[in-house]
Amino acid sequence: MSEKKSNLPALIGIVILFLFIILLENIRSFIPGLPMIFDPMSPLFTVLKKAAVYSLVAVSMNLLNGFTGLFSLGQAGFMLLGAYTYAILTVPSAMKDQVYYLFGGCAFQFSLVDFFQGIFGSAGAGYAVGLILSCLIAIILAGVVAGFFAFLIGFPVLRLKSDYLAIATLGFAEILRAIFQWQTLGPVTNGANMIKGFPTFTSFNITGAGGQVVLRLSTFVPFLITTVCIAIIVLLINSSYGRAFKSIRDDEIAAEAMGIRLFSHKMLSFVISSFFAGVGGAMFAMYVANAQAKAFTSTMTYEILLIVVIGGIGSVSGSVLATFLYVACSEWWLRFLDSEQYIGSFKVPLLRNGFRMVVFSVVIMIIVLFFSQGIMGNREIDLNAIFTGKKRRSGSQGK
Amino acid sequence: MDNKAKKNALHIENVTMQFGGVVSVNNLSIDVPEHDIIALIGPNGAGKTTAFNCITGVYKPTNGLIEFMGTPMVRSYPSGKDRKNYKGENADKYRGKSVLNPTPDEITKLGIARTFQNIRLWNSMTVFENVLTAKHMRAKQNVFSAIFRGNRSEEKRMREETMELLKEQGLDAYKDENATSLPYGLQRRLEIARALATDPKLLLLDEPAAGMNPQETLELADFVQEIREKYDLTVFLIEHHMDLVMNISDYIYVIDFGSEIARGKPDEVQSNQKVIEAYLGVGEEEG
Repeated sequence: MSEKKSNLPALIGIVILFLFIILLENIRSFIPGLPMIFDPMSPLFTVLKKAAVYSLVAVSMNLLNGFTGLFSLGQAGFMLLGAYTYAILTVPSAMKDQVYYLFGGCAFQFSLVDFFQGIFGSAGAGYAVGLILSCLIAIILAGVVAGFFAFLIGFPVLRLKSDYLAIATLGFAEILRAIFQWQTLGPVTNGANMIKGFPTFTSFNITGAGGQVVLRLSTFVPFLITTVCIAIIVLLINSSYGRAFKSIRDDEIAAEAMGIRLFSHKMLSFVISSFFAGVGGAMFAMYVANAQAKAFTSTMTYEILLIVVIGGIGSVSGSVLATFLYVACSEWWLRFLDSEQYIGSFKVPLLRNGFRMVVFSVVIMIIVLFFSQGIMGNREIDLNAIFTGKKRRSGSQGK
Repeated sequence: MDNKAKKNALHIENVTMQFGGVVSVNNLSIDVPEHDIIALIGPNGAGKTTAFNCITGVYKPTNGLIEFMGTPMVRSYPSGKDRKNYKGENADKYRGKSVLNPTPDEITKLGIARTFQNIRLWNSMTVFENVLTAKHMRAKQNVFSAIFRGNRSEEKRMREETMELLKEQGLDAYKDENATSLPYGLQRRLEIARALATDPKLLLLDEPAAGMNPQETLELADFVQEIREKYDLTVFLIEHHMDLVMNISDYIYVIDFGSEIARGKPDEVQSNQKVIEAYLGVGEEEG
């Protein structure tokens, strides 16, 4: 919190982390003999990418639920808005007829990708610049659209408290999902079908003349975007506005009596949180390489809420840490429970498809029952301390 | 009134607060002259805190006018269903004038700060942050300048002023401690410091000596007088502790069952028969 402290060690640490991730993803191109785990298709990279996306959404949810004390469950709805905004804006015109074939083409012909390729050319460095710019603008617009909708529904919804707010936002997210699946809007949203063909994380891999991949950046890109976004959220939390948010969480009546405008501050937190949820949604679309309304169910919100609770309500680093653990468990470490396993000739009982979720539920129940504060409570991992080695704490997997 | 010459910081006129059929505050009129310490006393349930909540915007009074520094701040009259059920007086006095009903934060911005009967500190924050957060209202900044640190000088000023305020209140030794881990007396003091951080002209203290021992109460009396001088404040307080009230008040209003039963200088009030009855209760055999 003190201003005198330099953030240089943390910055250097993050740069080292980025370089490490780039190296990790490309290491098998240099040393082909390495185990399969370093293959770009291995679960390791799936986990890293998905966790990078989810950690941004988890932190944005924590800003609202943990720091402002507004129990909102609309995160999946705002992600959906972000994902669709990103997808609709970036599908190249050439792809549109193919994607929207059920509706006889797309009603929205503009594409940011084509627009920038028209300016910078469609090959070499010009293509790269165009790609980066179009993705960047589309991601920001994804956030803006989500934030704008948050602003609109904030007027009625933010007058509600606790459970009622949760129900209202959950309902909003479900309504959005239904609207986006509505056939009448098909020429824009492609109805219940998925939108695809837009730039994904894989598009950022640098390819040589023959089409072979020279340098893989598909894991680095989500890390970069998430890090920038989380840094902005942390700056907000540590600012005067962040303190005002916390005062509203701690005691609304006292906050109002000290001159903090409740409604405008709640709205601010809601809009900013939704903005980053929208950005997270755009990244989610990039990660799964399609945008489809049925992916953004309330289950997704609960998943993120669970991550926030496991990480510690009111801890940014806790949310990031919990995301990586949660995603790693659900996508990788507990996968073996879903198939038959043999130890020697002994067949391990119970293991069959779906058993992973049983074990997973038990693990989560144990966490919620015995570690109700979550991993971090409301403490934070001090990055500067970690990278200068002054005060080393365990479990510094996050950024 | 003998305080006519002085300008009133707060002027309460015919304020009535009715909840359903219950009249909590009935036709209350109080003047709080600038730079004075005025006390509002009364037995439990007399409507003291309700009166405070009308001043600070927590409740909208059913009827009446509240002026702050000479300008109307709250104005209300019973209308519709409230008018039919209205049991108070002066129902038509404010009719036809615009209704003024500012929110608590707007009232704080005008320069009225308050403390609470049951301490309401922000419990996840340190002593320093509690005071610093109260400075948020008057800070010149917006979200973007705050996020990207364009408000560096403003933030620095807020921190310096907070530190200064904590030093003046003798709380600087505890600045990094959690607010709720302080001893009770210091928590009260911190709440006053936090109220002072909003740069008020009028300080409302809701039972500041509640739960304090005699020694702490004495210290509090000195403290209130000290901050009045130092920050050029007007103080309006609700209190149960007669010692404290008699020591420091310039003028006292006594209410019971929502209505004023006496007003005057401390010694006048102390010898008032009605006040004694209200406090000690009228015995059944006598009444």
